[in-house]
Amino acid sequence: MLLNQFLLLSAVLFCIGVYGVLARKNGVLVLMSIELILNAVNINLVAFAALNTDALNTDVSGDVFALFTIAVAAAEVGIGLAIVLLIYRNRRSIDLSEIDLMKG
Amino acid sequence: MSLLAALAALSAALSPDGDLYVAQNVFFAVIAVTMIFSALRVVTTSNVVHAALWLVVVLAGAAAQFILLGSEFVAVTQVLVYIGAVVVLFLFGVMLTRASLGDDESVGEEKRGMAAVVGVLLFSVMAIALIDSFEADRLVIDEPRSVSTVSDAIFSQYIVAFEAVSVLLLAALIGAIVVARKD
Repeated sequence: MLLNQFLLLSAVLFCIGVYGVLARKNGVLVLMSIELILNAVNINLVAFAALNTDALNTDVSGDVFALFTIAVAAAEVGIGLAIVLLIYRNRRSIDLSEIDLMKG
Repeated sequence: MSLLAALAALSAALSPDGDLYVAQNVFFAVIAVTMIFSALRVVTTSNVVHAALWLVVVLAGAAAQFILLGSEFVAVTQVLVYIGAVVVLFLFGVMLTRASLGDDESVGEEKRGMAAVVGVLLFSVMAIALIDSFEADRLVIDEPRSVSTVSDAIFSQYIVAFEAVSVLLLAALIGAIVVARKD
Protein backbone atom coordinates (compact mmCIF):
# COMPACT_ATOMS: atom_id res chain seq x y z
CA MET A 1 0.00 0.00 0.00
CA LEU A 2 1.08 3.53 -0.61
CA LEU A 3 1.21 6.07 2.16
CA ASN A 4 -0.38 8.61 -0.13
CA GLN A 5 -3.67 6.80 -0.54
CA PHE A 6 -4.37 7.18 3.18
CA LEU A 7 -3.16 10.77 3.27
CA LEU A 8 -5.36 11.72 0.30
CA LEU A 9 -8.40 10.02 1.83
CA SER A 10 -7.75 11.97 4.99
CA ALA A 11 -7.42 15.21 2.99
CA VAL A 12 -10.78 14.55 1.30
CA LEU A 13 -12.49 13.97 4.65
CA PHE A 14 -10.83 17.06 6.11
CA CYS A 15 -12.09 19.25 3.29
CA ILE A 16 -15.61 17.82 3.54
CA GLY A 17 -15.50 18.68 7.23
CA VAL A 18 -14.35 22.23 6.47
CA TYR A 19 -17.23 22.58 4.00
CA GLY A 20 -19.65 21.38 6.67
CA VAL A 21 -18.36 23.86 9.26
CA LEU A 22 -18.71 26.73 6.80
CA ALA A 23 -22.04 25.78 5.20
CA ARG A 24 -24.13 24.62 8.18
CA LYS A 25 -26.20 26.78 10.49
CA ASN A 26 -27.28 24.14 13.00
CA GLY A 27 -24.87 23.99 15.97
CA VAL A 28 -25.07 20.20 16.32
CA LEU A 29 -24.28 19.70 12.63
CA VAL A 30 -21.26 22.00 12.89
CA LEU A 31 -19.98 19.86 15.79
CA MET A 32 -20.44 16.75 13.62
CA SER A 33 -18.35 18.35 10.87
CA ILE A 34 -15.64 19.07 13.44
CA GLU A 35 -15.68 15.37 14.32
CA LEU A 36 -15.08 14.60 10.63
CA ILE A 37 -12.04 16.89 10.67
CA LEU A 38 -10.62 15.30 13.82
CA ASN A 39 -11.09 11.84 12.31
CA ALA A 40 -9.19 12.86 9.21
CA VAL A 41 -6.32 13.95 11.42
CA ASN A 42 -6.43 10.60 13.21
CA ILE A 43 -6.12 8.69 9.93
CA ASN A 44 -3.07 10.81 9.15
CA LEU A 45 -1.47 10.08 12.51
CA VAL A 46 -2.00 6.33 12.24
CA ALA A 47 -0.78 6.26 8.63
CA PHE A 48 2.46 7.95 9.68
CA ALA A 49 2.77 5.54 12.59
CA ALA A 50 2.54 2.70 10.07
CA LEU A 51 5.18 4.38 7.90
CA ASN A 52 7.50 5.00 10.84
CA THR A 53 7.32 1.53 12.30
CA ASP A 54 10.13 -1.01 12.13
CA ALA A 55 10.14 -4.79 12.15
CA LEU A 56 9.84 -5.01 15.93
CA ASN A 57 7.13 -2.32 16.18
CA THR A 58 9.09 -0.41 18.79
CA ASP A 59 7.95 3.09 17.81
CA VAL A 60 4.22 3.63 18.22
CA SER A 61 4.18 7.40 18.79
CA GLY A 62 1.60 7.93 16.05
CA ASP A 63 -0.84 5.49 17.64
CA VAL A 64 -0.37 7.10 21.05
CA PHE A 65 -1.06 10.55 19.67
CA ALA A 66 -4.13 9.27 17.83
CA LEU A 67 -5.42 8.01 21.19
CA PHE A 68 -4.79 11.42 22.75
CA THR A 69 -6.67 13.05 19.87
CA ILE A 70 -9.64 10.74 20.46
CA ALA A 71 -9.68 11.68 24.16
CA VAL A 72 -9.50 15.40 23.40
CA ALA A 73 -12.24 15.05 20.77
CA ALA A 74 -14.51 13.37 23.31
CA ALA A 75 -13.92 16.22 25.77
CA GLU A 76 -14.53 18.76 23.01
CA VAL A 77 -17.84 17.27 21.93
CA GLY A 78 -19.02 17.09 25.53
CA ILE A 79 -18.32 20.77 26.18
CA GLY A 80 -19.59 21.75 22.72
CA LEU A 81 -22.94 20.04 23.20
CA ALA A 82 -23.28 21.57 26.67
CA ILE A 83 -22.78 25.01 25.15
CA VAL A 84 -25.27 24.28 22.35
CA LEU A 85 -27.79 23.10 24.96
CA LEU A 86 -27.32 26.29 26.99
CA ILE A 87 -27.79 28.44 23.89
CA TYR A 88 -30.95 26.51 23.01
CA ARG A 89 -32.32 26.94 26.51
CA ASN A 90 -31.73 30.69 26.44
CA ARG A 91 -32.81 31.45 22.88
CA ARG A 92 -35.03 28.53 21.77
CA SER A 93 -32.85 28.14 18.68
CA ILE A 94 -29.44 26.72 17.79
CA ASP A 95 -29.10 28.67 14.56
CA LEU A 96 -25.50 29.83 14.67
CA SER A 97 -26.15 32.82 12.42
CA GLU A 98 -28.48 34.27 15.07
CA ILE A 99 -25.81 34.25 17.75
CA ASP A 100 -24.37 37.73 17.39
CA LEU A 101 -24.28 38.92 20.98
CA MET A 102 -20.56 39.77 20.76
CA LYS A 103 -20.85 41.44 17.40
CA GLY A 104 -20.26 44.97 18.69
CA MET B 1 5.92 15.27 -13.43
CA SER B 2 5.69 14.03 -9.87
CA LEU B 3 1.95 13.63 -10.39
CA LEU B 4 2.62 11.21 -13.23
CA ALA B 5 5.14 9.34 -11.11
CA ALA B 6 2.61 9.08 -8.31
CA LEU B 7 -0.01 7.74 -10.72
CA ALA B 8 2.45 5.19 -12.04
CA ALA B 9 3.29 4.13 -8.50
CA LEU B 10 -0.40 3.87 -7.69
CA SER B 11 -1.11 1.64 -10.69
CA ALA B 12 1.90 -0.49 -9.74
CA ALA B 13 0.45 -0.85 -6.27
CA LEU B 14 -2.88 -1.96 -7.72
CA SER B 15 -1.39 -4.46 -10.16
CA PRO B 16 -1.13 -8.04 -8.95
CA ASP B 17 2.62 -8.61 -9.43
CA GLY B 18 5.35 -8.09 -6.86
CA ASP B 19 4.97 -8.17 -3.10
CA LEU B 20 1.90 -5.99 -3.09
CA TYR B 21 -1.16 -5.98 -0.93
CA VAL B 22 -3.91 -6.58 -3.50
CA ALA B 23 -6.67 -7.55 -1.08
CA GLN B 24 -5.79 -4.66 1.23
CA ASN B 25 -5.90 -2.22 -1.66
CA VAL B 26 -9.30 -3.47 -2.78
CA PHE B 27 -10.67 -3.19 0.74
CA PHE B 28 -9.13 0.24 1.07
CA ALA B 29 -10.86 1.42 -2.09
CA VAL B 30 -14.26 0.05 -1.06
CA ILE B 31 -14.05 1.54 2.43
CA ALA B 32 -12.69 4.86 1.16
CA VAL B 33 -15.52 5.31 -1.33
CA THR B 34 -18.08 4.45 1.35
CA MET B 35 -16.50 6.90 3.78
CA ILE B 36 -16.39 9.77 1.29
CA PHE B 37 -20.01 9.20 0.23
CA SER B 38 -21.17 9.06 3.85
CA ALA B 39 -19.16 12.15 4.77
CA LEU B 40 -20.80 14.05 1.93
CA ARG B 41 -24.19 12.92 3.22
CA VAL B 42 -23.27 14.13 6.73
CA VAL B 43 -22.68 17.65 5.47
CA THR B 44 -25.55 17.78 2.97
CA THR B 45 -28.51 15.92 4.46
CA SER B 46 -31.18 18.14 5.93
CA ASN B 47 -32.24 15.73 8.66
CA VAL B 48 -30.05 16.01 11.78
CA VAL B 49 -30.69 12.43 12.93
CA HIS B 50 -29.76 11.09 9.50
CA ALA B 51 -26.56 13.13 9.64
CA ALA B 52 -25.66 11.48 12.96
CA LEU B 53 -26.32 8.02 11.48
CA TRP B 54 -24.21 8.76 8.38
CA LEU B 55 -21.49 9.91 10.77
CA VAL B 56 -21.54 6.40 12.28
CA VAL B 57 -20.67 4.98 8.85
CA VAL B 58 -17.73 7.37 8.46
CA LEU B 59 -16.42 6.56 11.94
CA ALA B 60 -16.75 2.79 11.37
CA GLY B 61 -14.90 3.20 8.06
CA ALA B 62 -12.11 5.03 9.87
CA ALA B 63 -11.89 2.13 12.33
CA ALA B 64 -11.57 -0.26 9.37
CA GLN B 65 -8.78 1.88 7.93
CA PHE B 66 -6.97 1.73 11.28
CA ILE B 67 -7.13 -2.06 11.13
CA LEU B 68 -5.74 -1.97 7.58
CA LEU B 69 -2.92 0.18 8.92
CA GLY B 70 -2.17 -2.41 11.60
CA SER B 71 -3.29 -0.38 14.56
CA GLU B 72 -5.64 -2.62 16.50
CA PHE B 73 -5.95 -0.66 19.70
CA VAL B 74 -6.76 2.64 18.00
CA ALA B 75 -9.44 0.87 15.94
CA VAL B 76 -11.06 -0.61 19.05
CA THR B 77 -10.87 2.73 20.85
CA GLN B 78 -12.43 4.41 17.83
CA VAL B 79 -15.41 2.07 17.96
CA LEU B 80 -15.78 2.35 21.74
CA VAL B 81 -15.34 6.09 22.12
CA TYR B 82 -16.71 7.47 18.88
CA ILE B 83 -19.48 5.12 17.84
CA GLY B 84 -20.29 4.14 21.40
CA ALA B 85 -20.13 7.46 23.19
CA VAL B 86 -19.80 10.46 20.89
CA VAL B 87 -22.62 9.53 18.50
CA VAL B 88 -24.94 8.74 21.41
CA LEU B 89 -24.05 12.15 22.84
CA PHE B 90 -24.92 13.72 19.48
CA LEU B 91 -28.27 11.94 19.39
CA PHE B 92 -29.02 13.20 22.90
CA GLY B 93 -28.05 16.68 21.80
CA VAL B 94 -30.46 16.42 18.87
CA MET B 95 -33.24 15.18 21.13
CA LEU B 96 -32.74 17.93 23.70
CA THR B 97 -32.80 20.67 21.07
CA ARG B 98 -36.05 19.59 19.52
CA ALA B 99 -36.52 22.67 17.37
CA SER B 100 -33.94 21.35 14.95
CA LEU B 101 -35.21 17.77 14.77
CA GLY B 102 -36.87 18.25 11.41
CA ASP B 103 -35.37 19.97 8.45
CA ASP B 104 -32.32 22.09 8.90
CA GLU B 105 -32.62 25.26 6.90
CA SER B 106 -29.10 25.48 5.56
CA VAL B 107 -27.30 28.70 4.75
CA GLY B 108 -27.96 30.46 1.45
CA GLU B 109 -26.96 29.14 -1.93
CA GLU B 110 -24.24 31.76 -2.32
CA LYS B 111 -22.57 31.02 1.02
CA ARG B 112 -22.68 27.29 0.32
CA GLY B 113 -20.98 27.89 -3.02
CA MET B 114 -18.22 29.81 -1.29
CA ALA B 115 -17.79 27.03 1.27
CA ALA B 116 -17.49 24.50 -1.56
CA VAL B 117 -14.87 26.66 -3.26
CA VAL B 118 -12.89 26.84 -0.01
CA GLY B 119 -13.08 23.08 0.40
CA VAL B 120 -12.01 22.32 -3.17
CA LEU B 121 -9.14 24.83 -3.06
CA LEU B 122 -7.94 23.47 0.27
CA PHE B 123 -8.02 19.95 -1.10
CA SER B 124 -6.09 20.88 -4.25
CA VAL B 125 -3.34 22.54 -2.22
CA MET B 126 -3.08 19.59 0.15
CA ALA B 127 -3.20 17.03 -2.67
CA ILE B 128 -0.41 18.73 -4.60
CA ALA B 129 1.73 19.01 -1.48
CA LEU B 130 1.11 15.38 -0.46
CA ILE B 131 1.73 13.92 -3.90
CA ASP B 132 4.87 15.99 -4.20
CA SER B 133 6.23 14.98 -0.80
CA PHE B 134 5.30 11.31 -0.41
CA GLU B 135 5.01 10.14 -3.98
CA ALA B 136 6.32 6.61 -3.55
CA ASP B 137 6.47 5.97 0.19
CA ARG B 138 5.21 2.46 0.78
CA LEU B 139 3.67 1.03 3.91
CA VAL B 140 5.06 -2.35 4.91
CA ILE B 141 2.82 -3.76 7.60
CA ASP B 142 4.10 -7.17 8.65
CA GLU B 143 2.11 -7.54 11.81
CA PRO B 144 -0.21 -5.28 13.77
CA ARG B 145 1.18 -3.10 16.50
CA SER B 146 0.00 -4.88 19.61
CA VAL B 147 -1.86 -3.40 22.54
CA SER B 148 1.06 -4.16 24.87
CA THR B 149 3.46 -2.09 22.76
CA VAL B 150 1.06 0.85 22.77
CA SER B 151 0.44 0.59 26.49
CA ASP B 152 4.19 0.38 27.19
CA ALA B 153 4.67 3.60 25.23
CA ILE B 154 1.80 5.38 26.98
CA PHE B 155 2.88 4.44 30.49
CA SER B 156 6.59 5.13 30.05
CA GLN B 157 7.47 7.67 27.39
CA TYR B 158 4.16 9.56 27.36
CA ILE B 159 3.12 9.25 31.01
CA VAL B 160 3.08 13.03 31.54
CA ALA B 161 0.88 13.60 28.48
CA PHE B 162 -1.38 10.77 29.64
CA GLU B 163 -1.86 12.36 33.05
CA ALA B 164 -2.49 15.72 31.41
CA VAL B 165 -5.22 14.15 29.24
CA SER B 166 -6.76 12.61 32.36
CA VAL B 167 -6.93 16.02 34.04
CA LEU B 168 -8.32 17.51 30.81
CA LEU B 169 -11.11 14.93 30.69
CA LEU B 170 -11.98 15.60 34.34
CA ALA B 171 -12.03 19.34 33.70
CA ALA B 172 -14.22 18.86 30.61
CA LEU B 173 -16.62 16.66 32.60
CA ILE B 174 -17.00 19.21 35.39
CA GLY B 175 -17.19 22.04 32.88
CA ALA B 176 -19.95 20.36 30.88
CA ILE B 177 -22.00 19.80 34.06
CA VAL B 178 -21.52 23.40 35.20
CA VAL B 179 -22.41 24.81 31.79
CA ALA B 180 -25.47 22.63 31.14
CA ARG B 181 -27.15 22.42 34.56
CA LYS B 182 -30.25 24.40 35.36
CA ASP B 183 -30.08 26.69 38.35
